[in-house]
Amino acid sequence: MGAGHGHKLHYHGHSRVHRAQAHLKLAALLGFMLLVVATPREWYPAFALYLALILGVIALSRVPFAYIGRRMVIELPFVAFALLMPFVATGPRVDVFGVSLSEAGLLAAWGLLAKGTLGVMASLTLAATTEPRDLLVGLERLRVPGQLVQIIGFMVRYLDVVTDEMRRMRIARESRGFRGGGIRTWPVMARTIGALFVRSYERGERVHLAMLARGYQSGRGR
Amino acid sequence: MSTPVLDVQGLAYAYPDGHQALYGVNLHVHQGERVALLGPNGAGKTTLVLHLNGILTPGAGSVAVSGLPVEKQNLQEIRRRVGVVFQDPDDQLFMPTVRDDVAFGPSNLGLKGTALERRVLGALDKVGMADFVDRPPHHLSFGQRRRVAVATVLAMEPEILVLDEPSSNLDPASRRELAEIVRGLDVTVLMVTHDLPYAFELCPRSVVLSDGVIVADGATYDVLTDDSLMAAHRLELPFGFDPRANANRAPG
Repeated sequence: MGAGHGHKLHYHGHSRVHRAQAHLKLAALLGFMLLVVATPREWYPAFALYLALILGVIALSRVPFAYIGRRMVIELPFVAFALLMPFVATGPRVDVFGVSLSEAGLLAAWGLLAKGTLGVMASLTLAATTEPRDLLVGLERLRVPGQLVQIIGFMVRYLDVVTDEMRRMRIARESRGFRGGGIRTWPVMARTIGALFVRSYERGERVHLAMLARGYQSGRGR
Repeated sequence: MSTPVLDVQGLAYAYPDGHQALYGVNLHVHQGERVALLGPNGAGKTTLVLHLNGILTPGAGSVAVSGLPVEKQNLQEIRRRVGVVFQDPDDQLFMPTVRDDVAFGPSNLGLKGTALERRVLGALDKVGMADFVDRPPHHLSFGQRRRVAVATVLAMEPEILVLDEPSSNLDPASRRELAEIVRGLDVTVLMVTHDLPYAFELCPRSVVLSDGVIVADGATYDVLTDDSLMAAHRLELPFGFDPRANANRAPG
């Protein structure tokens, strides 16, 4: 069904951000994240600076903001959690529009939201500007253990295969009159995920056998 | 003529990425027929199948099953009437035991208790797998899994059974057993395949789908012996198989 090259997060381009060495980008992302996480959440101007920085990088990469924006829905579960905190946290309370909220909870929610959003934006920018295989090379240059890089490589390689398998199972399920949605369908979902896990595990064993058959020796790297 | 079990008219479909798979397909299948849907890889066979039970929605044209249009409000009934057996039985079997798996469809239709149990055992009986009711599907052989997959659909008492490449990956014995089962069923069958001897063995009528249109529709013998048609649509008889030599064994 017409699979494009690259992965779904990648946005094809030739900007300076795209061309930068992957290991430099990875190191920059890691440094940026450590800095963001270590910043006390009361330092509001610092977060504005971080946001300006990341927006600047996105502008430089010429990836449309809407492209990054759409993919940020992945953060929604955290947003839901953050929004819940002011209601459930204890301590002194303030009134906001007539609703009594916890002060500590509000601050914690702000911290989670700000740091989470910056992290997601930065990661999406890296993903949008770097091909998966370049990321793997970058990880190797950063002296990440070879086996770990290989595992990530397999994940990239088989993600589409497993996604496709999941799609076919969904079609087969629906063809027998199943409708998703609602708590009552969760047991069925759980079994599907279980079956998918078992089959992925078995596929992993088959791939390993095929590697051994071609003379692969574990621990010797590539 | 009576209302066809399957009535496809002017069906066209393009995938969201713009790739057009079907360009106006017309197909009628009547009660009790066994029809082979032949075509090379990428002809749009599976895309057509996914329209028959409303997984895909047509870009143009219509599909009706025994007079009931395939539309959103009818989906549950349509999926009961059209039983699709997919190519890979592992896509279909995901429950811990064969019993649970065969019960999955009918319980989606609201069956419970002894009625459900009777359906399950009845369906497994038809495919000769009743003794395996408490086994986990992944412990069965591939041929057995394919038969259980057929049972999971039979349990819904469909009006038409759609088999997607039923003979793929089967050894000759499993292949023959499945053919006997299909022949013994009292149900309309649409068999999607590029296994031409199997089509010849089981289906009196064949339809050829190529590049998203039906290019031939007639007796399987006539289709398979039309050399120019076959060559034009990448259909090839396997080495050593000649329908002319087997004409007396064609299904009646």
